[in-house]
Amino acid sequence: MPRLVGLTGDGAAAEAMRQIDPDVVAAYPITPQTEIVERFAEFVADGVVHTEFVAVESEHSAMSACCGSAAAGARTITCTSSQGLALMHEVLYIAAGNRLPIVLINVNRTLSAPLNIHCDHSDSMGSRDSGWIQLYCENVQEVYDTVIQAVRIAEHPEVFLPVMVNLDGFVLSHSVERLEVLDDDQVRGFVGPFRPAVDLLNLENPPALGALVPPEFHFEHKYAQWVAMDRARGVIAEVGREFGERFGRTYGLLDPYRLDDADLALVVLGSTAGTARVVVDDLRDRGIRAGMLRIRCFRPFPADEIAEALRGRKAVAIMDRAGTQGGEGGPVFGEVRAALYTRGVFLPVINYIYGLGGRDVPAASLARVFTHLGQVAEAGKVDRAVNYLDLRGWN
Amino acid sequence: MSVDLKELATRGSPLTSGHRLCDGCAAPTIAKQVMLGAGKPVVIVQPTGCLEISSVVFPYTAWKTPYYHNAFENAAAVASGIEAALKARKRRGDLPPDFDVAIVAIGGDGGTYDIGLQALSGALERGHRMLYVCYDNGAYMNTGIQRSGATPFGAWTTTSHVGSAHKGKMQHRKDLTAIAADHNAAYVAQASPHNFRDLMRKVKKAVDADGASFINVISPCWRGWRFPEEETIEMARLAVETCYWPLYEVEKGKVTVNYVPREKKPVSEWLKKQGRFSHFFAPGNEWMIAELQAEVDRKWEELLARAGQR
Repeated sequence: MPRLVGLTGDGAAAEAMRQIDPDVVAAYPITPQTEIVERFAEFVADGVVHTEFVAVESEHSAMSACCGSAAAGARTITCTSSQGLALMHEVLYIAAGNRLPIVLINVNRTLSAPLNIHCDHSDSMGSRDSGWIQLYCENVQEVYDTVIQAVRIAEHPEVFLPVMVNLDGFVLSHSVERLEVLDDDQVRGFVGPFRPAVDLLNLENPPALGALVPPEFHFEHKYAQWVAMDRARGVIAEVGREFGERFGRTYGLLDPYRLDDADLALVVLGSTAGTARVVVDDLRDRGIRAGMLRIRCFRPFPADEIAEALRGRKAVAIMDRAGTQGGEGGPVFGEVRAALYTRGVFLPVINYIYGLGGRDVPAASLARVFTHLGQVAEAGKVDRAVNYLDLRGWN
Repeated sequence: MSVDLKELATRGSPLTSGHRLCDGCAAPTIAKQVMLGAGKPVVIVQPTGCLEISSVVFPYTAWKTPYYHNAFENAAAVASGIEAALKARKRRGDLPPDFDVAIVAIGGDGGTYDIGLQALSGALERGHRMLYVCYDNGAYMNTGIQRSGATPFGAWTTTSHVGSAHKGKMQHRKDLTAIAADHNAAYVAQASPHNFRDLMRKVKKAVDADGASFINVISPCWRGWRFPEEETIEMARLAVETCYWPLYEVEKGKVTVNYVPREKKPVSEWLKKQGRFSHFFAPGNEWMIAELQAEVDRKWEELLARAGQR
């Protein structure tokens, strides 16, 4: 029987890890991820997990040790934030290129400078092209559910790619929410045993992993990764569906809210969706046809599904909790706009950069975005493509 | 433990011929000595470097044993992860309790003294049951002879040229073996491929030690050191005979010097055979020989004192 508890996002992630009982966890502490490693180290100390916990000396070594352990046939999980993810950057590409099904829980925090420990998505967006599947969670329950699903997605024989589960720093990591925790047996039954594709401890058929690959083969190796990413789209939806059938909470690539007949829509990632739902409801009460599209899966990017979901809207605002410094708008904006254009979905699309470095995102601010969207819809054209929500002194 | 040559000849080499290393390179010789010395199956981990890029070129591998290369600075961390996997899988019953492999990282001095030092330090401190072997050729040879923390004083490299302002590398090398020993690692040693009996005995001790071990092996590189390619092993021998590269081991803080030359040769005997030191012998540069000799003498005396062998 599932039990109800109050837990933070970090606590929920650690609880899911305890139940998954991975073979190896190699991790390094960093705010706001620390509570995950602390709690998990407690499980290790109390002997309630079989896990070999490697308290490494840096995040670079964390991801390196994870590669070694996953390549040696061990189910492997790590967690980090911000600078830690940046320090892992080099090895993230290798984990993906070696097709190692590692699960990484990333507690989203801005990248320095200026130094700041609070939430935005600049850390994970900086790794968006590293070959990792990226899932973004809206609430604590979804953090718990997604960590469990991530194991199945990563280890799926048609995928074999690492998965990054993202949760907003402090907003989710340190907020206590109501959480439905599954039985240990239910979780273990769902994830099943790890069946590795490569095993460095196989002496009968010794593998050579990490070879130098010359130009006549390199392109094909990279394309094989893209194929796996493409397949992951279906696998993520399938695993989310199966999770729903078993436990009553279904997950997909996208999470639309009151979107079908909406004129004006926000596109968001992560916890901001919770605030957006409140704003949409409020506007609907006032007769404004507002809606929201939450992107749960950013990598692989569900371009077809996003274009279809947004087709027929009068104006759309893409919310980016990260900028691109020199690009036009944020990363989500660039990709959504391109997906619409190449599929012949021509509608006015604006971008809002928001919530950087933990800047609060109150409902009233999102309501102002809808007001702007109303003006854009009425004019039928974009007045200003890239906007900065609640920025002081410059607007 | 002694090395039985007849028995050794029956073991077969886990590193096959056909790899792309230079003729006269010491690295594959050292790798073979390490694997044969281990006396049990070996999982090889390598940082990026000469031995790696020359032995595992897709779709081929020269290794008849499990092999993993990940990046340049992280071989010790990768090996830590493999060791953790081995322990976890045994605990879970996924591997039999008597399953025994030696997890051996083999890296050059660039990937070990410099960019890989943090990962090595972490792995030694955590005490993973693994062996890290450094084949020290005293420069970044894979990228074309650039100076490293292992490059000896005064040596010419492509980033420490000999000019009017500078005469090669102007700093002495880092003593990585001592640094490793001061981590309280389970077993630390320095070895040379010319004395393969000593090297293999050390490898056996290292892979049977209950914890992390480190062996630093001198690996003469004729391309970088500028000597005739057939003299590789002789160059290693001279490094030991001049006490530039003492053979010793450290077990639980106890230092043992394994070879004390009957007559310590002047370091110039070793220097004069190498093109990278040719400027030492130009008029006016006599001080360079004296400077390096003084450092070799100081380190040698210090080592003997630590070992209580003087």
